[in-house]
Parts: sequence; structure tokens; C-alpha cells
Amino acid sequence: MKYYNTLIFELSKSGRIGYSFPKNPYAKKSLDTLLPKELLRSEEAALPEVSELDIVRHYTNVSQKNFGVETGFYPLGSCTMKYNPKINEEMAGLPGFTEIHPLQPLSTLQGVLRIYDETARMLSDISGLAEFTLNPFAGAHGELTGLMIMKAYHEKRNDLKRTKVIVPDSAHGTNPASATVAGFETIVIASTADGRVNLESLKAALSDEIAGIMLTNPNTLGLFERDIVEIARLVHQAGGLLYYDGANLNALLGQVRPGDMGFDIMHINLHKTFSTPHGGGGPGSGPVGVAKALVEFLPNPRIVKHSDYYTIEDSGKAIGQISHFYGNFLNVVRAYTYLLTLGKENLKSVGGLAVLNANYVKESLKDVYELPIGSFCMHEFVFNGLKNKSTDVHTLDIAKRLLDYGVHAPTIYFPMLFEQSIMIEPTEVESKETLDHFIAMMRQVAQEALDNPEMVKTAPHTTPVRRLDEVTAARTPILTYKDATRHG
Amino acid sequence: MFKYFPHTPEDLAAMLERVGAKSIDDLFVDIPKSIRYKKDYKVPESMSEMEIRAHMQALADANERLVVFRGAGAYDHETPSIIKPLISRQEFLTSYTPYQPEISQGTLQYIFEYQSMICELTGMDVSNASMYDGATATAEALFMAQAATKSPRMLISDLVNPEVINVVETYAHFRGLQLEKVRSLNGTLDRNHLKDLLDDGPASLLVQYPNYLGIVEDFTEVAQWVHEHQGLFIMNANPSLLSVLKTPREMGADIAVGDGQPLGIPLSFGGPYFGYLTTTTPLVRKMPGRIVGMTKDVDGKRAFVLTLQAREQHIRREKANSNICSNQSLMALFATIYVAALGKQGMIDVNTRCIQATHELYDRLIKTGAFHAAFDAPFAHEAVLLSDLDMVKLNDRLLKKGMLGGLPVKLPDSKKTGWLFAVTERRTPAQIDALVQEVEMMAHEVL
Repeated sequence: MKYYNTLIFELSKSGRIGYSFPKNPYAKKSLDTLLPKELLRSEEAALPEVSELDIVRHYTNVSQKNFGVETGFYPLGSCTMKYNPKINEEMAGLPGFTEIHPLQPLSTLQGVLRIYDETARMLSDISGLAEFTLNPFAGAHGELTGLMIMKAYHEKRNDLKRTKVIVPDSAHGTNPASATVAGFETIVIASTADGRVNLESLKAALSDEIAGIMLTNPNTLGLFERDIVEIARLVHQAGGLLYYDGANLNALLGQVRPGDMGFDIMHINLHKTFSTPHGGGGPGSGPVGVAKALVEFLPNPRIVKHSDYYTIEDSGKAIGQISHFYGNFLNVVRAYTYLLTLGKENLKSVGGLAVLNANYVKESLKDVYELPIGSFCMHEFVFNGLKNKSTDVHTLDIAKRLLDYGVHAPTIYFPMLFEQSIMIEPTEVESKETLDHFIAMMRQVAQEALDNPEMVKTAPHTTPVRRLDEVTAARTPILTYKDATRHG
Repeated sequence: MFKYFPHTPEDLAAMLERVGAKSIDDLFVDIPKSIRYKKDYKVPESMSEMEIRAHMQALADANERLVVFRGAGAYDHETPSIIKPLISRQEFLTSYTPYQPEISQGTLQYIFEYQSMICELTGMDVSNASMYDGATATAEALFMAQAATKSPRMLISDLVNPEVINVVETYAHFRGLQLEKVRSLNGTLDRNHLKDLLDDGPASLLVQYPNYLGIVEDFTEVAQWVHEHQGLFIMNANPSLLSVLKTPREMGADIAVGDGQPLGIPLSFGGPYFGYLTTTTPLVRKMPGRIVGMTKDVDGKRAFVLTLQAREQHIRREKANSNICSNQSLMALFATIYVAALGKQGMIDVNTRCIQATHELYDRLIKTGAFHAAFDAPFAHEAVLLSDLDMVKLNDRLLKKGMLGGLPVKLPDSKKTGWLFAVTERRTPAQIDALVQEVEMMAHEVL
């Protein structure tokens, strides 16, 4: 990675162009004869004027300040940074998918509708749930959609006092935030010492005001909820529903299905388990699946198969519409390609290999990093900083020092159950050699923390930029190029 | 062995030994036996690349690529060749949200450039890093207005795209917002109805610009009325057209929001696109989503970082005003490169041309005698006409010639059905001739 310090606006020179259109055959009437002057912009937007090569070079240089999965190991816990296959990209780029207007007649859409339908069916079988919508745009959007379904279920039964959703303290921040946006109040329950749901706290929290519970399983510590069957029984007995946050589904491919654990609603992050790229923060895709009793509430529009013809339908019983069209369709194409590439014989190996990789890293480092919970982990695990904390080197420092070694930092300071959380998720695609290299780097950083703590505390040293002044950024926000020129 | 799994039998043996397990199965002791899944998934057998390519090409061929004269929220614009190779660079494509800024300056810088460009187009002060789509961004804008004004009353013009209204209604229902429709008159916002509704108490107002029927109207006075009633004025606007049209800022909008698809993003059966959301400086801390700011590193180098994060779900949890976590980052990059490629003059030229082309088709359809004006109001690159022809039959005939005709839409202030069409820069004079010719033939046969 290299440092490149130019903004596209700074390359601009009046009169340069980066693209040309064919001669305008419609230029007879000028704009001010077609629209009244008071509806036209008074001042031109100050957009860049840059030549084509300058633009290409600029964004190539900008890209080189980024670390991607193909740059190196990316053990970001909870994010499932697996390889994003090239064939997926090629298929998502076929003009027969990209040049299709969402409001075309059904007869011209049978290919895209079939992909949508078959992907939904495969996800249903993998999850053990009755039906899926692929409309949600992301994991958090899936959560919101799922909670709306939960609310609609209780509203339909006229059970209107169920206004609260239980969320364990180890949950992702999106869980309680989604509950609020769906119009619920959040009840937080404390975890046990090993990070699992505390059955006693759960029982105490359950009442006829509880709409349901949101769980991630394996949880955010990478541990399977051993009591899941009992948890499901208790919640259902109290009249609530169980929501499965699919963030950690990768661990379970080939092992167990959320529907069989007793979950009623779930979302899947296609950009985690099903290999669609994260794109620097999106577009993702967060399909939502539900048990049979909840199918009627799935959002509009719905893709429906009638023997060998597909239609798009709306249902009056649905929660309504949660996306303008049908979600991030090209990500569905990517996930569909991935599912067909793996096939039934390889899909079932994903969880096992991901879990083996995580346990291998954990066992290889637990003598130098503090492992709060010793049992087998699932696809990820959490250290609580260095075992030897005598030199005051913190998790942040370790993460930053790893960047110098060409490794992406693990997730840090999450979950919040430990003060110095380092959450590591290798995924199934990484080889023993890559893991061994990472282990060696982690051990080296641990040694440096004892030998030369100052150097670790001031890391990174070799990245395009070093630690940033975030305080000034928030206190005096410079959010546009115009702000920047104003500030000199 | 399988190409995405690198584990050889020797690797597996060595790794299992290190972790102290006899088999991979042993690692799953925590899963109760009663729920373990031992069957094969209902997924076809693994396909090679060759088989995948053939299978997917057949599915792609089962769709029809049409000559598009339809918009209604998705516009058929040309995409410059440089965009796809640049956004396909793995550094952009495969990276995560920029949580480690030292090795994410690429993402952070283009988001800063994106925010700058969107602010230039809308005239607004600040933009977030993008959102899911225009409809969900609009719902978020209403939540933002509620948080800023403490009033749950939201007025929404019935000339907003009905799909956007559907999404907003879903969000509002579950969040407990009160939506009230403002009627339209002659294809524009009914000012008298708006005044009546504002007289009932403080409320924010959402309009679309150009509206669902393609009509452009000046909301300057409307914005003032809303402000006099302690509300926020929210405009859902086509960001590309804003390079020629009077901006939301010039009209006094507090929030400009919308779908970024018109910035050259392929139609792709509806997604991925992205939503944009912009506002004024005083409201920045009420804005949902990621925001990137400029700062310096310890060596004084210019750098970029996610900022004002105290608003967000991972800090605020249940107190956050939005649950949004990711954005549509790669699509924001798409739009950034599109705007850079077209540049200051190109953005004006392409939009001017779309408006001219739409007027050309409008005039020629009227000239056939089979179509007549629905409203006497200025329009941009989309317009609605009434016809004596059966619109469904007309569209069927056009489809046989490979064309996607206008969308039949119910006009909100009458019971009539209009033909809503859009003409982008991709439409050639020959294609317009072909459409007009089909209309003339049908008119000749049936009228």
C-alpha cells in the first residue's frame, strides 16, 4: 500500500473532459425554452473536470491505500471475510441481468425471477425455514424486516401488549437499534460468565409483554448456545418468537439449521456466508426467512412460482414494502453462483473447516494471549488482550501493529463483555500456511510488546497513514471539499 | 479436494492434533445431538466454471433486453467504460467497512469525494456516505425530521412515487409516525390543501422533484410555509437532474434525499442502487448513516476517518435514531467515478439531452393525434400523456418490437390512466422513430 495525497477535485482543470457522448440530435430547442428560467439552477455545480486517464490513475492510486481480502489475511471477527470468487462477479455482470428494467413485463423476466426463486428455496432448505424474501438490502435491514414480521404476527393476534424484545448484552449493536426502529422496547439480559444466555435471567425477563428474543448463535463470543432447545421452549411457552441473527451462520453450514433449533425468523448475510463482496461497506444483502406460520407477513413484492412460470405479486397480509424494488439483485446472482459452485457436497463442509481453522488459531496462541473461555469455539473466538499485560500494551496497539505485518486487524473491543476483546475469525478458505503465518505474527507482536512496548504503542509505522486525530475530526467536521477549501 | 478449501488430509490431521480433537465432528459437541443436521441440502451437485457459465448464460438469455422508454424510479443511462474495471479492483470490492482507517484510506477518501459531489449537486451542506436505496433513505429522512422537530406529523405529497410511499408507510407504521397525504392539483402539489393541513399543527413535508409524473415545480414558497409551521421540508430529488434544475438548497430544503441510480448505475432488475441523504450543517448530528471527515495523522499527513459516530447504532444501541450499519459504499464509488467522468459540463449535457429527447418524443406523440396532454406543467426527462389507445395493447405491440413502452399510471387527481414515459440519452432518433411509427400504425388501425 502507498500514500497518495490528491483529491479528484485537485486534479481539475477548466475545460478537461473524461467522457464523450454522441452528437446531440435533440439540441434544436435549448433548455431555457423547455423549462422556465426560475426552475433552472442559478450556479453550476463545482464538479471536477478531469481527463479519462487522470481519473483512472486517480482511483487506481486511491485503491492502493486499501487492504482487501486478496491483499492478505483478513481475520475480522463476526464479518466472515471469505474469498469473493471471480466467477460470481463475471456472472453478475452478464448483460442479461444488468440491462433489465425492474418494471418490465413478466414474460421478459423469467430468468431473473427463476434465480430469485431458486436462491430463496436453497436458503430455506439450508436454514430449515419455510420461505424467504430476498428484498432486504443488508443484515441490519433484514433484522428490521424480521422484527416488523414479529410485530405484525402479534398485532394480527390482537396481542398488543407485546412491545418488548429481549436482547442479550453480547449482541451486535444493530439488534437493539433495529428493535427501536421497528417500534419495540429493548430488554437487555446479562450473559453467563462463559458468554451464553443466562436461563435464569431469561426466565425472569419473559412475560406476556415480550414479543420475542433476538439471538446470534453461535453467539458473538463464538460459542454455541448449548441450551438453545430449552431457550426456544421457554420463549415459545411465554408466547414470544425467536429471531436468529444470521451473522454467524457460516459456522453451522453442514451441522445444524436455525429452524431446527426453534427459530421462527432469521436473516442471512449473503455478504458473509454466501461470499458476496463487502464492497467497503456495501452493497450487502440480508434475506429474511420465516417459519410457516409467518409466511403471510413476508414483505411485498413477492416472487411466486406457478408450475413453470414466475410472477411478481403483492399480498394484503404482508408487512408492506421495505425496498423500492427487489433488493440488491446482483448480489443474489453472486450468491446463487456460489451455491451452485459449492453444491451440496461442499456446502456441508464449510462450517466444519471454518470451525477447525478458528480452533487451530486459538490453540496456537492461547499461551501468549488471554483466553477467557477455554472450550472448543465455533467459527470465531475472543481473546482478552495479551496474557502478560505488564507493559500496558493494549488490544488497539496489537491491532495496529499487525497492520505493519500485512495482516488485517481482527475485530477489537467487541464483544464488550471483556475489556480487551480481540475477536478472530479465519473462515474456511484460509490454508494452514496462512494461519501459521498469522500465528507467527501474533506471537511476534506479543514478544515485541515485552521487548519494545513503545514501538507497539505507536504502531502502525508502515501504513499509508498512521494513527489519526479523530477528536479534531469530530470537533471541527470537514465533510466536503468545499469545507476543506474554506478551512484552508 | 475443492477449489475454495485448501485443506489437504495432512493439514487436517496436523490441525486436529493441535486442537485436541479426533475429528471435525468432535468440535461440535456443544450442539445437542437431537438437532444436528446430517442430510444433504437440497442444492444441486457442485458445478464447474464451464457448467456455471452455460447455466447462467441460459438464465440471462431467458430475460429480454429491451429498448427502454420507461423510468418510474429506474432510468436507462449509459455507463462509462472506466467504472466497472475501477470498482472491480479488489481493494475496493473485497474490503470491509473502513474500521481500520490506516489501511482503509482508499474507501474513506472516495466517500469524502462522494459526499463533496452529492453536496455540489444538491446544494446542501453535508451528505452521509450513502444508504440502501432512495425509498429507505426517504423513510430515514422522515425519522430524522421527527427527531429534529419532535413532531410525529409527516405530510407526504401524493405525487411521490407510489413505491416510495409504500416503503415510507411501512416504516412509519411500525415506528408510529402519522402520515398525511397532500393532494395534487393539475399534476402539482395542491397548495391550498397543504395550507389546511399545516393549519392543523406543526408538520414536516415530503415532496418528490421532479415528481412521479415528471413535472418540475418551484417549492420555494412551500418551504417557507413549512418552516413557519416548525416543520422540515424534505425533497426526494433525482440527483443527476440537479445539475441543471434549481437545487433543493435554492428552494430552502432541509433534507434532500433520493436514489442515486440515475448516476449511470445499470438497471439490474432494481438493484444494487444506492440512496443518498443530505442536509444542512445545523442538522448534521441528526443525520443517520456513516459520515467521513478529513483529519490528519500523527505525522501531519492529510487523512480521512469515519466521524460523528456518537450518533450510530454501535455506540447508541437502542437509543440510536437509525439501525443502519453499512451503506452501499461500492455504489457510492460508482456514482463518484460517474460524476468525475462526465464532469462539470458532461453532467449538464447529459441531463439537458435527456430533457430535450423527452420533449421531442412528447411533441411527436401529440402530433400523432393518438396522445394528448394530461397537464399543462413543465416537465424534465419524464412525462405523462393521455391516450385514446389501449395502453396495454400498445405496450404489447411495442414489446413485440423489442421496446419497453411507458408505464400506465393512475393519475392521482382524476380517475384517468396516463402513459408515463422517460427518454434518456441512450435513445437514438431511430428508436424514437420506431416507437412513434408503432403508435401511428395502431392509431391508424383502431381510431
